[in-house]
Amino acid sequence: MTQILLPLSYLIGSVTFIMGLKMLSHPDSARKGNMVAAVGMTIAIIATIFLYTDEAGNKLGNYAWIFGGLIIGSIVGTLAAKKVQMTAMPEMVSLFNGMGGACAMLISIIEFKHHTTGVSELYEEAGASVFSTIPGTLFITIIVGMVIGSVSFAGSIIAWGKLNGKIKDFSFNGQHILNLLLLGVITALTCYIIISRPDNTTMLFYSVLALALVYGIFFVLPIGGADMPVVISLLNSFTGVAAAFGGFLYNNPVMLTGGILVGSAGTILTILMCKAMNRSLKNVLIGSFGGNKAGGGAAGSKEQGTYKEISLNDTATLMAYASKVMIIPGYGLAVAQAQHACHELEKLLNEKDVEVSYGIHPVAGRMPGHMNVLLAEADVSYDKLLEMEDANDQMGSTNVVFILGANDVVNPAAKEDPSSPIYGMPILEVEKAEHVIVNKRSMKPGYAGIENELFFRPKTSMLFGDAKKVLQDLVAELKQM
Amino acid sequence: MDFLNNLFSDPATYRLLTIVILSIFLGIEVISRVPSVLHTPLMSGANAIHGVVIIGAIIVMGQAPSDDYVALILGFLAVVLGTLNVVGGFVVTDRMLEMFDKKKKGKKA
Repeated sequence: MTQILLPLSYLIGSVTFIMGLKMLSHPDSARKGNMVAAVGMTIAIIATIFLYTDEAGNKLGNYAWIFGGLIIGSIVGTLAAKKVQMTAMPEMVSLFNGMGGACAMLISIIEFKHHTTGVSELYEEAGASVFSTIPGTLFITIIVGMVIGSVSFAGSIIAWGKLNGKIKDFSFNGQHILNLLLLGVITALTCYIIISRPDNTTMLFYSVLALALVYGIFFVLPIGGADMPVVISLLNSFTGVAAAFGGFLYNNPVMLTGGILVGSAGTILTILMCKAMNRSLKNVLIGSFGGNKAGGGAAGSKEQGTYKEISLNDTATLMAYASKVMIIPGYGLAVAQAQHACHELEKLLNEKDVEVSYGIHPVAGRMPGHMNVLLAEADVSYDKLLEMEDANDQMGSTNVVFILGANDVVNPAAKEDPSSPIYGMPILEVEKAEHVIVNKRSMKPGYAGIENELFFRPKTSMLFGDAKKVLQDLVAELKQM
Repeated sequence: MDFLNNLFSDPATYRLLTIVILSIFLGIEVISRVPSVLHTPLMSGANAIHGVVIIGAIIVMGQAPSDDYVALILGFLAVVLGTLNVVGGFVVTDRMLEMFDKKKKGKKA
């Protein structure tokens, strides 16, 4: 009876992961879906601890260590997840993703040690290399799992550091070539180790580990902020694949289903995001966007035009007498924590019979759906959030477009300037509206480092200041009217 | 060659390979219908699910000889990191989705 309990709980685990992901894709069931997957995970973990036996029928030991680790991880994880600000959510996801990658990496290292030490003297006496005794499938699983886990770990930590501003963009000439070279060396070494099993396999194994970590760093380091969501999503699917290799290692179906599901789901999500920015995955992988050359060239070649400013009072008047206002949020809104003030403005305008909607670009902010989560926190109603296509359809009948801390997603260069690095990316076509008001802290270019000509167009007026302060002042102005 | 041979002749490995192929299609199928509002929570939820790698860490930890301190410490670290991934991932996702929930209730009231 007891021997069917473990496979049964793994089966339950796999089913809950599939159901969980499916429920997560509908707004009504999303929260329950997350719970379902969490319950399945708990069942699978508990079953593993108490029911897992190796081929000889031995149960697991070291319970004190296992529970110690589980408790520490749970407490730290819960606290970190509860305390994190809504704006810092993307960093947090990236960090947790890195932890998963590191976990997969460590498993591979321990398994490698386990299979290669202890017995070596015996084999040396017999004149055979110990490494030739490891089955090929097992060896491949260990090394590939280690490589993917390490790349994911190192990359996620860099992505985390870049998102919270601790690590600056860094690139040098020939970095792409170096990256490709690194990848080539890692692949070649891995093949060499697996096929010929030389005597210095242990040394080579750790060299591959080091190279994979370096590759992870160089892989993310040159990628500009605009591409960060894509990178996190990609690293997310990497960790999924690394987890699946663990499933191969232990013949464990739940690790395999969970890992591969995330691997393929993450890849699809990554491709969807690339499509939204009109860039190929290859381009992102080589890491070219936001590099000094691309951004600098486009910005430097153009003369700065003149822009006009608008006062708070004029902005308030313009909005109060409009019939349709569209707010376009960007990362600036998130940084200023201005989502509540934004909702306040929306309610006030509604009372004055002004129709207010939000135009959401798929890659606004630092993650897909970042703006949606942020506005949902401030209780903004779902049906007011327009996706890019709907927003563009309604742009023609909109009187005032109010851009809050968004930049690249409204840059007309994406449509007009073939030399711009973002050329071809679909944008919110704000110029179809009657008036465009842009709130920014200064004239500095956006996260992708590209000058935005929109600010110098005749229809555009600039309203400088911190998004939250400006919104609060606007609300105060409107209340007096 | 040895590897390929093994992949198809060993029933256990072949079974795993089948699961892999089917899961790939399942993942694509499930994800391609997600509205963009849910992309961030979904990414975060998927992030928590790949924390299933914790099971590997638990097995490694549980099998480590109790006098092999390197394996014990590395295994312990793996369990802690894996747990962080799982627990942190699910809690963060729940926090994001809670906001959608709160708003819905507010509408009804």
